[in-house]
Amino acid sequence: MSTASVPLPNWINYGLIPLLNLTLAFVISGLVVWLIGENPFEALKLLLIGALGRGEGIGFTLFFATNFIFTGLSVAVAIHAGLFNIGSEGQAYLGGLGAALVALALDNYLPWYLTMPVAVIGAAAFGALWALIPAWLQAYRGSHIVITTIMFNFIGAALMVYLLVNVLIVPGKMAPETRTFLEGGQLPKLDWLLAIFGMKLGAAPFNFSFIIALVMCVAVWFLIWRTKLGYEMRTLGISPSAAAYAGIPYARTVIITMLISGGLAGMMALNPVMGASARLQVEFVGGAGFVGIAVSLMGRNHPLGIVLAALLFGILYQGGGELSFDMPNITRDMIVVIQGLVILFAGALEYMFRPAIVRLYQSFAKA
Amino acid sequence: MDSIDILISILGSTIRLSIPLIFTALAGLFSERSGIFDIGLEGKMLAAAFASACIAYLTNNAWAGLGAGILISVALSLVHGFASITNRGNQIVSGVAINFIVAGLTIVLGQAWFGQGGRTPQLMAAGRFGEIKFPYAEELRGSGYLGKFYADVISGHNILTYLAFAAVPISWWILYRTRFGLRLRAVGENPGAVDTAGISVTWLRYRAVICAGILCGFSGTYLAIAQSAAFIKDMSAGKGYIALAALIFAKWKPVPVMFACLLFGFLDAFANFMQGKQVPGIGEVPVQIFQALPYILTCILLAGFIGVAHPPKAGGVPYTKER
Repeated sequence: MSTASVPLPNWINYGLIPLLNLTLAFVISGLVVWLIGENPFEALKLLLIGALGRGEGIGFTLFFATNFIFTGLSVAVAIHAGLFNIGSEGQAYLGGLGAALVALALDNYLPWYLTMPVAVIGAAAFGALWALIPAWLQAYRGSHIVITTIMFNFIGAALMVYLLVNVLIVPGKMAPETRTFLEGGQLPKLDWLLAIFGMKLGAAPFNFSFIIALVMCVAVWFLIWRTKLGYEMRTLGISPSAAAYAGIPYARTVIITMLISGGLAGMMALNPVMGASARLQVEFVGGAGFVGIAVSLMGRNHPLGIVLAALLFGILYQGGGELSFDMPNITRDMIVVIQGLVILFAGALEYMFRPAIVRLYQSFAKA
Repeated sequence: MDSIDILISILGSTIRLSIPLIFTALAGLFSERSGIFDIGLEGKMLAAAFASACIAYLTNNAWAGLGAGILISVALSLVHGFASITNRGNQIVSGVAINFIVAGLTIVLGQAWFGQGGRTPQLMAAGRFGEIKFPYAEELRGSGYLGKFYADVISGHNILTYLAFAAVPISWWILYRTRFGLRLRAVGENPGAVDTAGISVTWLRYRAVICAGILCGFSGTYLAIAQSAAFIKDMSAGKGYIALAALIFAKWKPVPVMFACLLFGFLDAFANFMQGKQVPGIGEVPVQIFQALPYILTCILLAGFIGVAHPPKAGGVPYTKER
C-alpha cells in the first residue's frame, strides 16, 4: 500500500517532520564547516553569541528578521493560491522606488508619522505593480508565473540601476543613490523596545517597520483564514478544478493574490530604505526576496511560522556576519548555503522521511 | 574601423557569449521535454565552472577539468532528480535550492581552499581550452571581408565552441530520431501513457536529467577554463536564467534554441559594443536596455504576441504511479 494517503496526527505533520528536515539541513551545514577545517560547534556558539549576545546584535537580528517577515508573507500569500512567486526580490526592489519617491517628496514638509502611511502605500503599490504583469500573463495568457516573475526580477534590476544611475542620482556625486532623506522621511528606531528589556540598541537599525511587519502578519492571517477572498484563494490553491466548479473567478483571484503578494514584498523596502540607510541604493534588497521562499516554506505558510522562521534567518544573517570576523575561513556566503539546504530539505524533500515515519507510526499504533 | 569590420568583431564575440547559453539551454531542453522543470541550470553551470577550474588547476589538464565539471553537474542533477522524481517534491523549489547551495558553497570552499576571496588560482595554458586556428586563417584575414569573417568568426575558437554547435544537431537527432528521444518527449506530455506501455517513467526522467547535467557540465567548464582562466565568484551571472528564457523563446525545440541563444548572445555583444557610445539623435543608449531585452522579449513571447509557446504538458507535475 502507498504510504502517501495515510493520515498522520498534526504533531507529526507540523512538528516532527519539519524538525527532522531542518535538523538534517543543519547537520549538513555543520559537515561543510567541518570540511573546511573549523569546529562546527564552536562556529555555532560564535554565531549565537554574535546574533543574541548583546543588544546591538539582537537589534541587527530583528532588523534582518523584519525583511524576511515581509518577503516570507509575500511568498506565502501566493502559495496559498497555488502560485509560486519567485519575484518577491524584484517586487521589493521596485517597492523601494515607491517608498523613496514618497520620502523624497514629503520629508521636507511632514513628520515621519504622516509620511509613513503614504510611504507604506507607495511601497506596496510599486511592488504590486511589478507583480501585475506576471499576474495578468498567468491569469489570461496561461504563461507560467515562475518564469515571468524570474524575468521580471531581471527587468526590475536593470530598470532600477538605470533610474539610480541616470535619474535619481544626486548631481555631481559618483555613488548611484538618492539624496539622504530628512528626518521626516525616516522611520524611528525602536530603541525603547529593547530598553524595556534593559538592552542598548547601539548602531543597529532596528526600526518601526518591525511593527508594520507584525501588523501585516495579523492582516495576512485574517485574510487567509477569515475572509471570503482568503477562502477562495485557498480553494484555488488546493484544487483549481474545484474552485472552477464553485464559481470562483480564476483570473480575478490570481491577479488579486499576486497584487497582495507583490504589495507585501514592496513593503519590505520600508525597512532598509526608510528605516536604515535613509536613501535608495543599488541592490538594497540583497537577496531578502529569495530568503522569503525559505522562510515561507519553513514557516509552513502560516504567519506565526513565518515570524519564527524569519527570526531564525535573522539570527543566521547577523550571527553569520559576526562569525566571518572570528573565523575568516567561513565567509558570509555560508548563510546562502544554509538557506539553500533549508529550501532543499524543508521544501523539495519535504516528504523524504514520511514513508518511514508512516511505517513507524503504524507499528506503534498497532501495538 | 569601417562598419563591416565592426560587425565582424561583434559577431565574433556573439559566438563566444552564446556558447554557454547553447549548452545550458539544450540541458534545459532535455530536462523539460521529459517533464522536469529545471530552474537549477544556473547552479549546475556555476558548480561545473568551479569544479573544472579547481581540477584543471590541480592536474594542469583541461580535459580533467571538463570531466570534473560534468561529474559535479550530473551529481546535482541527481539531487534534483531524487527530490523531484523519487520524492515527488516541488521541482521549482528543488531548483531554487540547488542554485542557492551552489552560489554559497563555491565561494565558501573557494575561500577556504585558495584564500583569494572566492577566486581559484590562475590557470596555465595546459589547464585551459585554447584557441584552434583553422588552416590559412591568418593568410585569409587580409583578403577581404569573407577572409576576415573566416579568421575571426569561424576560426579561432576553442574546442568547446565547436562542440556546442555540434551538440545542437546531436540533441535534435537524439530527441527526434531515436527511441529514447521519442519516449523522453512522450513522458513529458503524457507519462501515464508511457507507463502503460511498460516503460519506467522514473528511469526515463532520471536519464533526461543526467543528459541535462552533462550539458551543464560543458557550459560551466566553458565559462571557467575556456572563456576565462580561473573561476570567479558568481561567474554564471544569471546566464542560466537567460538560457531558460532562450529555451522558452525557442518553444522547446533544439534548432530554434540555437538561434535564440545566438540572438541573446548578440544582444549581449552589442551592449558591450554600445557602452559609452553616442547614437546620433538619441545620445547614449543605456546599457540596461540590452541587459533587460532578452527577458522582455521572452515575456512578450509568453504573452502570445510572437506565436504561441506550448510547454510540455506534464512539465512540473510529479508522476504518481498508483492511486
